[in-house]
Amino acid sequence: MSGSRQGWIVFGGVIGILVLASLIGFAMSLRVRGKAPEDGSRRVVQNLNARIKAWWVMIFVLAGALMTGPKAVIILFGLISFAALREFLTLTPTRKADHFALLVSFFIVLPSQYGLVWTGWYGVFTIFIPVYVFLLLPAFTIISREATRNFLERTSETQWGLMICVYCISHVPGLQMLTIPNYDPAMLVVFLILVVQASDVLQYVWGKLAGKHKVAPDVSPSKTVEGFVGGVLSATALGTGLWWMTPFQPWQAALFSFLITMTGFLGGLVMSAIKRDRGVKDWGHLIEGHGGMLDRLDSVCFAAPIFFHLTRFFFSTT
Amino acid sequence: MLDRMAAKMTAGAITGFAKALTGAQCQWVGCGPYETQRIYFANHSSHLDFILLWSALPGPLRKRTRPVAAADYWFHGTFKQFLIRQVFNGIPVDREGRKPGTNPLQPMLDALDEGASLIIFPEGTRGSGEELLPFKSGIFHLAKDRPHVELVPVWMENCYRVMPKGSFLPVPLLCSVRFGEPTRLAEGERKPAFLERLQKSVAGLRCA
Repeated sequence: MSGSRQGWIVFGGVIGILVLASLIGFAMSLRVRGKAPEDGSRRVVQNLNARIKAWWVMIFVLAGALMTGPKAVIILFGLISFAALREFLTLTPTRKADHFALLVSFFIVLPSQYGLVWTGWYGVFTIFIPVYVFLLLPAFTIISREATRNFLERTSETQWGLMICVYCISHVPGLQMLTIPNYDPAMLVVFLILVVQASDVLQYVWGKLAGKHKVAPDVSPSKTVEGFVGGVLSATALGTGLWWMTPFQPWQAALFSFLITMTGFLGGLVMSAIKRDRGVKDWGHLIEGHGGMLDRLDSVCFAAPIFFHLTRFFFSTT
Repeated sequence: MLDRMAAKMTAGAITGFAKALTGAQCQWVGCGPYETQRIYFANHSSHLDFILLWSALPGPLRKRTRPVAAADYWFHGTFKQFLIRQVFNGIPVDREGRKPGTNPLQPMLDALDEGASLIIFPEGTRGSGEELLPFKSGIFHLAKDRPHVELVPVWMENCYRVMPKGSFLPVPLLCSVRFGEPTRLAEGERKPAFLERLQKSVAGLRCA
């Protein structure tokens, strides 16, 4: 099967699921219609419907970029990184002395990293932020002003922001750099996002239906053992069933899917811990019902680089 | 004519840019975006403040809301003058000593009498963004002389980090503009108590 034909099948499948979800959401909204606005179940249903609506938008934006071509995917994720970095750095208490470092992060580091994806310069793509930016950025802060109060804390926060929001996210469009014989690597982007997001959604569904025991009550009150197990297993099953759109054998697809869902889960926990530390519930307000860009992408941030490197190690010829 | 067009386009570009840059989250906590005549008073930590507050207002309100700006800073230089006069329709306020026999508040009173709403920063200068400076007394006299005008406290979150004092390039961080509950000068209220109450109403919006 050609890449584009597989793409259409997946797209059709996702649209089908969304239609079904929208119908269920509508039916549920009818059931809670008579309840008071501040009633718990009514709020859950309202939030669910807002989430489904946002999914429609996200799916069409992503599918549009994928159909336009690899460059469009790079631009889309560049913008996503921008929104994510903005959310991340908004919550870190940087000082006036960091102004220059922040300007560099947004207007030089971010475009450069995506420029490296654009040109496919793999060697620099993997070390630009972890080596060059890592060492030079703190130096910029010192040059611009002498403020040394909380120096380590402030620099590490900016570096964390760049690693998570720019470096890690850039590995999603970066998958298109891989060379796999007779295979369109853009489909790896679809596979990764599908499995990660399916895992998030399925954990949410399992958690709402059967969730009782909390995994990490201090960090994330909504994550339950039941949701975690059900979500990881069902998303792994889904990923295995999608082996035909990957360069993997079914058992390899199962292993990769399991890995993606696990790293995604850990990503969600780590990013929640940062939010708790900052005393907020959501990263932002960009996506109705979901919160901010990072609330939707926390699991992708962790899953993408690991999926990228394992696939490259075992399957790429470059 | 050409002037008006340039001003309109600049205004559109500035509001669009400010919103794209900062997300300009607008929260009407204590009142709605109504066309009541108002004085919006806010904390001041960045040049971005009034641009963002002004951008946060819906179009029809924005048209009749005029920022009060320091004469010594804004009303100098061709471009700054174009911005403040043509685009923002600002009102100059003299921060240095008053000339004998003139009321420095007169331009604001005139604007209020023409039906305009005002944006003022009662701290009088840009602060560090962390703590509010004591309010200057201008707002007290405005409230006393034009008691029918609503006073709306506004908290500008994060602007000082986007463009701190002394920098010219803005960093894109999320900002929010929070509008509080309108108030007025109470019967017999003294100046110090009134100013303190207003300052508290702005500070109180901080973590609402």
